[in-house]
Amino acid sequence: MKPKVAFFSFTSCEGCQLMFLNLEDELLNLLGAVEIVKFREAMKEVTSDEYDVAFIEGSITTHSDIERIKSIREKTKILVAFGACATIGGINAIKNFQPLEDVRKYVYGERWDFYDTVPTMQVDQVVKVDAAIHGCPVSKKEMLEVITSLLLGKTPNIPDYPVCVECKLAENVCVFDKGMMCLGPVTRAGCGALCPSYGNKCIGCRGLITDPNTNAQKDLLEEKGLSVAEVLKEFRMFDGLSEVSK
Amino acid sequence: MTDLNVNVHHLTRVEGHGNIVVNSKNGEIIDARLEIVESPRFFEAMLKGRRWQEVQLITSRICGICAVGHTCTSLQSTEMALGISLSEQAHLLRKCIFFAEQLQSHILHTYFLTAPDFVGAPSVIPLATAAPEVVKRALRLKKLANTICETIAGRHVHPIALVPGGFSRYPSVKELKALKETILSYSDDIDETVKLFATFKVPEYYRETEFVSLKNPSEYAFYEGDIYSSDTKKGVKNLDYKTLIKEKMVDHSTSKHCTATRDSYIAGALARFNNNYDQLHPRAKKAAEALKIKPVSYNTFMFSHAQVVETVHCFEEAVAYIDRILEMDYDVNEQPAEPTRMSGRGVGACEVPRGLLIHDYTYENGFIKDANLIIPTGMNLANMDADIRELAPKIIKEPHDKIELLMEMLIRAYDPCISCSCHLLKVEFV
Ligand code: SF4
Ligand code: SF4
Ligand code: SF4
Repeated sequence: MKPKVAFFSFTSCEGCQLMFLNLEDELLNLLGAVEIVKFREAMKEVTSDEYDVAFIEGSITTHSDIERIKSIREKTKILVAFGACATIGGINAIKNFQPLEDVRKYVYGERWDFYDTVPTMQVDQVVKVDAAIHGCPVSKKEMLEVITSLLLGKTPNIPDYPVCVECKLAENVCVFDKGMMCLGPVTRAGCGALCPSYGNKCIGCRGLITDPNTNAQKDLLEEKGLSVAEVLKEFRMFDGLSEVSK
Repeated sequence: MTDLNVNVHHLTRVEGHGNIVVNSKNGEIIDARLEIVESPRFFEAMLKGRRWQEVQLITSRICGICAVGHTCTSLQSTEMALGISLSEQAHLLRKCIFFAEQLQSHILHTYFLTAPDFVGAPSVIPLATAAPEVVKRALRLKKLANTICETIAGRHVHPIALVPGGFSRYPSVKELKALKETILSYSDDIDETVKLFATFKVPEYYRETEFVSLKNPSEYAFYEGDIYSSDTKKGVKNLDYKTLIKEKMVDHSTSKHCTATRDSYIAGALARFNNNYDQLHPRAKKAAEALKIKPVSYNTFMFSHAQVVETVHCFEEAVAYIDRILEMDYDVNEQPAEPTRMSGRGVGACEVPRGLLIHDYTYENGFIKDANLIIPTGMNLANMDADIRELAPKIIKEPHDKIELLMEMLIRAYDPCISCSCHLLKVEFV
C-alpha cells in the first residue's frame, strides 16, 4: 500500500505548496510512490480521511485554525510543518508586535470585530510536530530529503550550522561589505546561501541555529565588529516568535 | 418542485478558501453568493513602520503564485514615493520576469486547475496516467517559467534579486543568451497548448459587464500603464486610482469588494484581452483565432482561453525583451539607484496574472506610515457574485451535480487567488 499523503494550508501565501508542484522533474515519480489523498488547491477529490503523512503549510491565526489543526493531528500518523509560516510563524508573526485590536481596526475599520484573529502561532505551539521543512519558501532539495527519509523511515539530514558556512563554499562576496546587515551568521543553513549568492542579505527565513550564542559564525562577526546580540536584534522579520525576538 | 440548497464548501482547485452558496425556494433563487472564509492576513498593518528596503520582502509573501507581481508592484510604489528612477536595463529585466510569472501562473491555472473540468476529471492527478504527455508538457512549461525567474532573480517564490532601485545581482550576458536558447526550444509546447485548449467545449454564457485593466499606448500592458475602464474608455494615473476604483466591505466575505463605474467589473486575463487585444503579438492573435475568442468577449468561461492567448504572447515577448537587453549597453555590475527623498506617497499598479494589483504607500523618513493594497481577486469578487446570480436561474432545472460543477467552473474561471485577497474559495449548497 502506498503511503497516504495530504496537504493542508493555513495562514500562508501557499508558496510552499507551489514549491511542491515545482518539483517538475520528480513530481510524476513521487506521485507513483505516494497516494495524494487531499490537496485542496490542486484536487477536487478526497480519497481518504486518514493519512500517513500530513504536510501543514501556514501559521495558526484564528480559532477555527486551532480546531482544524487539532483534528488533522488526530487523523495523521506523521505531521510535517512545511515552510517557515508553519515552523517559526514566518512573516505572519509580525502582527504580534502590535495590539491585535489596532491591527484589525487599521485594515477593516469600523467592522474590525467581524474578523477573527488570534496571535500568530507556529504549528508546534498547538499540536505535536514530527518533522520540519524549513524556509520561506522550502527548498526543493530539503523537501525531497525529508519526503524520502519519511518514506524510508530514516531521520532526515538537516543542517544545524550557520548559512555563512555555505556562503563561503559558494565563494560569495560577504554582503556586510556592501553595508547590509546579514543574518547568515545565526541562521540555519540548507539553502546553499541563496540570498547572498544573488547579492542580497540573508533575512533568516530558515530560522535560528540551535543555541546561536555558541554556534554563530563568530569569527566573521568579530571581523565586522559585531556581537551575536546585535545580529539577533534583526531577527524579527521571520522569527518573531522566537525567544530572541521578545 | 424541490427547493435547492447548493453549498459547495471549501471550493477546490483554487488558491485559498471560499464557499459558493445557492438557495432556491419554489423554483426561485432566493440567495446566490460567493462567501470568502479565508483567515485575514493583515498585511497593511504589518507594513506600518517597515523600512523602505524590506517592504517588498514582506509583500512578496502575500501570494506565492504572484510573488514577482507583488514584489514589483511594491517596488514601484516605494520607488515612486522616494523618487528612485530605474535604469533602462533594470526596467527591461523587470518586465521580462513579469512575462515568466504570467507564464507560470497561466500554465498552472489552465492545465492543472481548469483543464480537468473540461475533460471530466476531478484533478490533474488521474490525468497523469490517462494523458501523461499532456501533464509532462504542462510540467515542462512550468519549469521553463521557473528557469526564467531563477536566472533573473534567483527564484520565483520569493524573488531575491529584485530590490528598490534595480537588482542586487544581474544575470550575465552568457546566462541571458543561454536563457533565450532554452526558451526558444519550448516553442512546440506552446503550439500544442493552443491546440489542446482549442478542443475544449466552453459553456455558453453572456453577461455584459465592465473590464478594468492597465492600458499602455506602446505595449500590451503588464508592468505599467494607466488604469483603464472599458465603460469610461479613459485611463487614470496610478496616484488617482481612487477616482476609478472603490472598495467596500460586505458581510459574506473576509475580502473587500471593489467597484468602478458600475456595480461590478472584471479584472484579469479576460479584461486585458478585451481592452488591449490590438497590442497582442501576432502569434498570440493567431492563437486567439484558433481558440475562437474575440474581443469583446463577455463569456466568463473564456478566461482560461484568454490566458492561453497571453501565454503565447508572454513566450514571444520574453525572447524579444532578452534580445533588447542583449542589444543594449548592458552593465552587469550596475548598482541599484538610490532614493532622492525619504518621505512621500507612491502608488504601484501592475497587471499580475489574476489582474490589476495596486500598492499604495506613504513613507515618512524612510519608514511606511500608511499602506493600502488592492488585490485582483478582491476586484473580481463583486462580479463573481453577479455571475452566480445570473447563471443560477438559468441552470436551476439541471441535476444537482451539474449545477455544482458549472458554478465551480464559473468561479474557477476567474482563477481566484483567495489566499492573496486574504485567502478565498468553496461552492456551498446550504
Ligand atoms: S513559508 Fe513563505 S513561501 Fe511558505 S507559505 Fe509561508 S510565506 Fe509562503
Ligand atoms: S554574513 Fe551573510 S554574506 Fe557574509 S558570509 Fe555570512 S551568509 Fe555570507
Ligand atoms: S540565505 Fe537566509 S533568507 Fe535566504 S534562503 Fe537562505 S536562510 Fe533564507
